[in-house]
Order: sequence, then structure tokens, then C-alpha cells
Amino acid sequence: MIAEKTLVAITGAMASAHAMRQINPDVVAAYPITPQTPIMMNFTQFAADGLVDTEVVTVESEHSAMSACVGAAAAGARVMTATAANGLALMHEIVYIAASTRLPIVMSIANRALSGPINIHCDHSDTMAERDSGWIQIFCENAQEVYESTILAMKWAEKENVLLPVMVNQDGFIISHAVENVELLPDDVVKEFVGEHIPHAPLLDVEHPVTYGPLDLYDYYFEHKRQQIEAMKEAEKVFPQIAAELSEITGNEYDFIESYKLDDAEYAIVTLGSSAGTVKYVVDEMRGEGKKVGLLKIRVFRPFPVKRIAEALDGKKAVAVLDRSASFGAEAPIYSEVKSALYTVKERPILQSYVYGLGGRDFTPEHARTAFERLIKGEFFEGEGYLGLRE
Amino acid sequence: MAELKTWKEIPIGGLTEAGSSTRFLTGNWRVERPILNTEKCINCLLCWVVCPDMSIVVEDGKVTGMDLDYCKGCGACAAICPVKAITMEPETKFQR
Ligand code: SF4
Ligand code: SF4
Repeated sequence: MIAEKTLVAITGAMASAHAMRQINPDVVAAYPITPQTPIMMNFTQFAADGLVDTEVVTVESEHSAMSACVGAAAAGARVMTATAANGLALMHEIVYIAASTRLPIVMSIANRALSGPINIHCDHSDTMAERDSGWIQIFCENAQEVYESTILAMKWAEKENVLLPVMVNQDGFIISHAVENVELLPDDVVKEFVGEHIPHAPLLDVEHPVTYGPLDLYDYYFEHKRQQIEAMKEAEKVFPQIAAELSEITGNEYDFIESYKLDDAEYAIVTLGSSAGTVKYVVDEMRGEGKKVGLLKIRVFRPFPVKRIAEALDGKKAVAVLDRSASFGAEAPIYSEVKSALYTVKERPILQSYVYGLGGRDFTPEHARTAFERLIKGEFFEGEGYLGLRE
Repeated sequence: MAELKTWKEIPIGGLTEAGSSTRFLTGNWRVERPILNTEKCINCLLCWVVCPDMSIVVEDGKVTGMDLDYCKGCGACAAICPVKAITMEPETKFQR
């Protein structure tokens, strides 16, 4: 049954904070960093107002934030945090430890360019640097998706046989600081959806003592990595069920990917994050001009939905893949993975790679239109192109 | 060594049962061995406080020796002792 929702005008950061409030985690440890700061600012206000039972741990760095999260999650707590850019980079070491220790922490990321040169605005270099860390990675197009993805993430992370941490990505400033209409679910509905946290092997269960983080050398490390690989496969397997459960109360669809006017499209753009909204706008415009264009939005980047992407793009004439981060000396990450996903399809489309929006450079409808028009006209080129760069 | 298990047979997250370090004899690492002179010892127990391997054996409030299965020979006990009741001797002296 679809729950009665409350329509509010809030930022993406506030949407994250409301999801956190409704999840009511046992422990939140975080350190402020632009553009994540308003997430924690809003959440700690909720905590100060007594709206949550959360133990808020204000630490001295992001390395400590993730360390405190790992400790609390190992103790048996339901744990959430948030960060961005260099904060995530500073956490990097413990980000891997959280995943390999199988601690279902949910972390909001307000994506921001990694220094240097120093920049506080949106791109995906921060989260892309963590793509092999073993975390599930969700990307959001708008504040509504941020809200619902955060709730979904908590249940997904804690699912038996998954037990993996999840990053919920929202574009820094573009989503985190922009006010949009967001429909919030009632508190009790969210509480019921996420359910009670039953920790896997809590340190505080003194009747069943365990050792966390022992030395793991050539005799077992490989086996533990194989278990993480399996956990990601399991995450992919259980996602549709969790998505369906959330759909039942929100009436919205959740999938690894979103196809927008894609089925009969001959030309497509693949992207993720807020740029998907811009591309949808251009798809609508160009459809009005009779052009057969469509969008494939990737919502879940890890586990990477290879089959879904292959099915969705099989038989398209040409596809442009947009990346909001570069891989120096190699192909940009989303392009590289989409290209690899298409290796086995019957009718492989021509692929073009574009990097856009680095360091918060605006991504405009003209950029999406340029990419589409080049595909339609058959203006293909070697290597990667750049949208919005002064050449 | 015990039979190695497959990835399906071991606990996830690198967890192991608690207290498994007792099966790991760090005494094998020792290059120098602490020798206690009970005549000099005033049983202040400072060595017991600093020993990182819980290898100072205390009975009825008195130090009786070192647990050589786990003592890795760091010398912290000898360094802290206020009356120099512990000396570090090369392990080679004790090998036949
Ligand atoms: S520190 Fe020295 S004097 Fe004190 S208990 Fe140990 S051996 Fe004895
Ligand atoms: S040498 Fe080090 S490990 Fe051995 S008993 Fe002394 S303090 Fe403990």
C-alpha cells in the first residue's frame, strides 16, 4: 500500500538528513567538509532536538570518522556517516576495511572534485576513486532519489548474505544545496521498512566472543576477497526484492538502471547523477523534433549491472557515455565499463566517450544536444571528447 | 598445520574466534631472554604492567618468572625494573 506522503521543499542534504532521522541509526560519526556539511548539520540538529536516539561522535578527521564507524558497527550498532571529496580520500584506508570486515555502514557522499587544484564543486573523482573498495555505490539524480536511496541502502546493506557498506552519492551543490520538492514517507513507515538491526557478529555479545581484524596472510586473505566478490553478487541478486518492497510504499520505481525513452531510440546517452535530468530535458526536446534519442541512467554503479546495460544498449546505432571524472592515461570509468559490458552483445553500437563537468563546470542542455547531434550526424572521433571545455 | 579451508567454510569479514592468539607462540621470535634475579626483586610489579605479552608470571603478588612460550624478548621489563632484577641474556646461551 502506498503510504501517505508529505510534500516538502528541501535540499538534497536535508533529504539525506531526513532519511537518517527516520532510520534513527545507533551511531553517526562524521567530520564536516563542503559540500557534505549541511547533511550532518541538519542531522545533528535533529539529534540535538531529541528526534533521534543516535550517539553522534564528532571526530577530528574523516579517517577517524570511518574508524569510529567501523568500531561502532563491529560492536553491533547501526551506523551512518557522510563525507565528500578529500574527506572520502582521507577515509580511503578505512573505507576498504569497512567493506572487508563486512560492516553494513551507510554513507552519504556529496560528490566534489578531489584536489588539486583545490575546488569545492561537483564531480565524481571522489567516489570513483573508491570503486574497487567493495562498497555498493548508488548515484542519485535528484533530492527525491537521495531520500529514497538512503532508506533503501540501509536495508540493502544489512541484508543477510550481503553485509556490505553502501555509498549514496548526490552531486555536491547541484543536488546537496538545491531546494526541490521532496515527498517524505511517514516516520513509522520508514522504521518498519528498514526493520530492526540484527548485527552479524557484535563485539558486545560477550557470550559469543569474536576477534575483529586479525592478521590474514597468504593462506586466507584470498578466500576472504572471494567472499566479498560473492557478497556483491548476492547484493545484485537481492536488490530487486528490496526495490519492490520500497516501491510498494512509495509507488516509485527502483532499478539498477533507468531507461528514458530508450526502447525505440537509435541514439542514446549513458550518464549518472544530476546530469541525467538535463539529458531527459534534451531527449524530450529532440523527440519533439522527431529524433529517436533516449537516455540510459545508471543508478547502481557497484555492483555494476553489466547484463542490464548490455540488454538496454544492444542494437542502438550509437551511444555517448558521459563521465564526470577522468582517468588519466586510460578511458574514463563509466565509459570503460559500459564499453566492456557491450563486448558480447549482438549488435554493438558505436561508442563515444565524453568527460564533462569537472570541478563543477556546468553541464548544460547544449552539451547533451551536441553529443546527440554528433551521434546522429555520424561525426565520430577517436579517444575521448570534452563537453564544456575551452579547447 | 591444520587443513586449509575454502572460502565457503570460513567466517566472513576475516573474523576468527576470540583468544586464538594463545595458539600463536610469540616466544619463537625471542633473541634475548629475560632472566629474573628473585633476590634483587622487590615485587613492585612494574614489569608486569609494561610486559606487552602478559608474560610476567605472578603468584601471590610475587614475580616468579617469565612465560617463555609468549615472551618475545622485547626487554621492556628489564628496562623498567627499578632495582635491575632482570637482565637480558642472548638466547644462544640457552641453546644446546
Ligand atoms: S620490575 Fe623488577 S623489582 Fe619490580 S617486580 Fe619486576 S623484577 Fe621485581
Ligand atoms: S622481555 Fe618483553 S615480552 Fe618478555 S617478559 Fe619482558 S617485557 Fe615481557
